[in-house]
Amino acid sequence: MKKIIKYVITDILRNRIVLVYTLFLFVAAFSVFSLEDNSSKGLLSLLNVILIVVPLVSVIFSTIYVYNSAEFIELLVSQPLKRKTIWLSLFGGLATSLSIAFFIGAGIPVLIYQANTIGLTMIAVGTLLSIIFVAIALLATVKTRDKAKGIGAAIMLWLYFSLLFDGLVLFLLFQFADYPMEKPMIGISALNPIDLSRILILLQLDVSAMMGYTGAVFKDFFGTYTGIIFSLLALVLWIVLPVWFSTRKFNTKDL
Amino acid sequence: MIIASNVTKKFGKLKALDDVSTICNKGECIALIGPNGSGKTTLIKSILGMVVPDSGFITFKDSNILHHWQYRDEIGYMPQIGRYPDNMTIGQVLDMMKDIRNKKNGLDEDLVNAFSLHTLLNKRMRTLSGGTRQKVSAALAFLFNPAVLILDEPTAGLDPVSSELLKEKIIAEKEKGKLVLITSHVLSELDDLVTRIIYMQEGKLVFHKSIEALRQDTGEDKLSKAIARVMTN
Repeated sequence: MKKIIKYVITDILRNRIVLVYTLFLFVAAFSVFSLEDNSSKGLLSLLNVILIVVPLVSVIFSTIYVYNSAEFIELLVSQPLKRKTIWLSLFGGLATSLSIAFFIGAGIPVLIYQANTIGLTMIAVGTLLSIIFVAIALLATVKTRDKAKGIGAAIMLWLYFSLLFDGLVLFLLFQFADYPMEKPMIGISALNPIDLSRILILLQLDVSAMMGYTGAVFKDFFGTYTGIIFSLLALVLWIVLPVWFSTRKFNTKDL
Repeated sequence: MIIASNVTKKFGKLKALDDVSTICNKGECIALIGPNGSGKTTLIKSILGMVVPDSGFITFKDSNILHHWQYRDEIGYMPQIGRYPDNMTIGQVLDMMKDIRNKKNGLDEDLVNAFSLHTLLNKRMRTLSGGTRQKVSAALAFLFNPAVLILDEPTAGLDPVSSELLKEKIIAEKEKGKLVLITSHVLSELDDLVTRIIYMQEGKLVFHKSIEALRQDTGEDKLSKAIARVMTN
């Protein structure tokens, strides 16, 4: 397994897109921090950049990479290797290289300007988001044979998680405005890894006071250790479940 | 060595393999023949575990290959269209396969030398012509001295000299008691290679017999004529 991960990582690192992605994050992080006089404000701006860019790049790059490695996968499947090993190595290689790219691009500036709990949470959340969207991309690619369809599905998934989901939640909130929706909102937020990440970081910044009553309920829940453990667990589940489903599907896939 | 029992595989409505049963023993050189889309490649891919049959099973050395992978250690496979990671060089691909198969000794580098691939080691796979790719595929299939060789259209795209070299190599391996499975449309090439014929049509295995039996049945000496007679009947 280690061997294949090694080949996948060397192959990805040869790819210029990952380099450009790292550079982009790096420049964005540094400019955001130097534009704001208060580094915690800078962190907030960076958060918005990360929540949009990291899932987008992770999901699309992984989808395209897997489709482009169809030959490589076929070659490996005809060798004495377990299919599970091949698939998990692919996932491991993608997740590792995109996490490294995120850490160098955004992690190092954050550590320089804001080396405290919030900064560390931000790095952890960004890394988790990278891995989650690699897992989601793998699920999308294993389900569709057609490259165009698969990439379309990946873009739709990203759009859903970063935009449509919030719209749906707002719609729900308006429809059920007469009912106390604050507690169910906690459960609903676990359905979207991007929202969960945003809440996790916002609650550690002072701006949570601006989120009104829902913010207070969130702070009550997510501010506690149980809340943090719950959200981390939810994020890990967002990795484990797609990987598990896609591995199962890949095991019986015709190549 | 390889036994297929009632293997059926459907792709949507198309029956790629329809109740195929056959036995392949070692020391044989078997030609898989049939029109385009008759299921030859699907049968080969099922043996390699790349395609999972809908029903029926395949055994390799008396154990079912379903969910097994170690058995592929004894198979050398040359695909119809060899496709490799574009960014890797020939040398890297060869090294990677040695690394994956975990074999450093007892390598059979005859074909690597015969095709003088070592002069091309630094060429990237992307820049290779179809024929050179075929040479790499062939060299890889024979590299690990496998007990079974599965060659899908081995001579397609090879120049006459290389295809002659490959044929000599196939005969040499057959003499060593290995099982060789070949699909090809160039029947005249198979005449001096194969000992048995499997003829497939529309996913069904029409017959599996020795080349002598086929010659007797059809009264033709040349394989191409014998098959032509079978196809028109």
